[in-house]
Amino acid sequence: MNRFLIPLGIFIVLVIFLGIGLTLNPREVPSPLIDKPAPEFQLTRLDDPDQMLGRKDMLGKVWLLNVWASWCVSCREEHPHLVELAQRNIVPIYGLDYKDKRDDALAWLNEFGNPYTASIMDVDGKIGIEYGVYGVPETFVIDKQGIIRYKQIGPVTPEALETKILPLVKELQQG
Amino acid sequence: MKKLMLLALALWFGVGIAQAKEAAELAEDPVIEKRLMILSEELRCLVCQNETLAASRADLAEDLRREIRQKMREGLSDKEIVDYLVERYGDFVLYNPAVKPKTAMLWFGPFVLMAGGVLFLIYYLKRRRTRIVEQPLSEEEHRKASALLNEGENK
Repeated sequence: MNRFLIPLGIFIVLVIFLGIGLTLNPREVPSPLIDKPAPEFQLTRLDDPDQMLGRKDMLGKVWLLNVWASWCVSCREEHPHLVELAQRNIVPIYGLDYKDKRDDALAWLNEFGNPYTASIMDVDGKIGIEYGVYGVPETFVIDKQGIIRYKQIGPVTPEALETKILPLVKELQQG
Repeated sequence: MKKLMLLALALWFGVGIAQAKEAAELAEDPVIEKRLMILSEELRCLVCQNETLAASRADLAEDLRREIRQKMREGLSDKEIVDYLVERYGDFVLYNPAVKPKTAMLWFGPFVLMAGGVLFLIYYLKRRRTRIVEQPLSEEEHRKASALLNEGENK
């Protein structure tokens, strides 16, 4: 009896480890920027190339930074949820239009709706690197002091909104 | 026909110029390119996670190589550049992550497992030796055995 118990025990432990491994998403690399000040930027607006927008313009309010692009397929998946969130007027969403062309981006917003208070253009992807972006879409929750509090890698889902992002936003807005 | 040939010629030249431009970037500074090659072998591309930054053709890898090149031109050391990337992308970008409490499992886990295996093997072999007990033959068995042996010899 004992002879079988030990291998069986080892086998069960292995299965548990592998099982946990299966539920993890290797694409989700935890960001070291959480609880660190959001990197500085000063970029031109998508809707008006003559106007600049920077990190310091957002200080004093909680805001979402959504990294998107017109060439990005999963952005289409999350876009309706962002449009709906914008209509609820809870938190301003700023878009970082990542390595995109102005005309394509404007046409895309025209077609799918514009949830953004403003979008800024990161034409060469430099600010993306500053924010550790590696897979568009990504969404950051940034607090009143300009500190990154949360990063959603991949599309924003209604579930992520209700269970993580919005509760955090409300907590930060009160603070 | 002449028009077509002219067009083909123009295209051919166009391609030549485009290639030359790409090559120029590589040839710009051989010292930096060499450093970049060596350093980016140690770094992981975040898009194609099993590729090095040196090998990957992903857009982000190209951007990061450009960024590293730029930083090298600005005179940053390899360590400063690696720190810059770790600050943004985490230890995951390193194929050779630093030894620290967070990465201890990664570095020492396999050795702990191996030590466990070796200990178990020693324990198992020792126990097996004690389990094989030689049982002396009885008188009766002795006689039977030698009878059988003799039988074989006499044939």
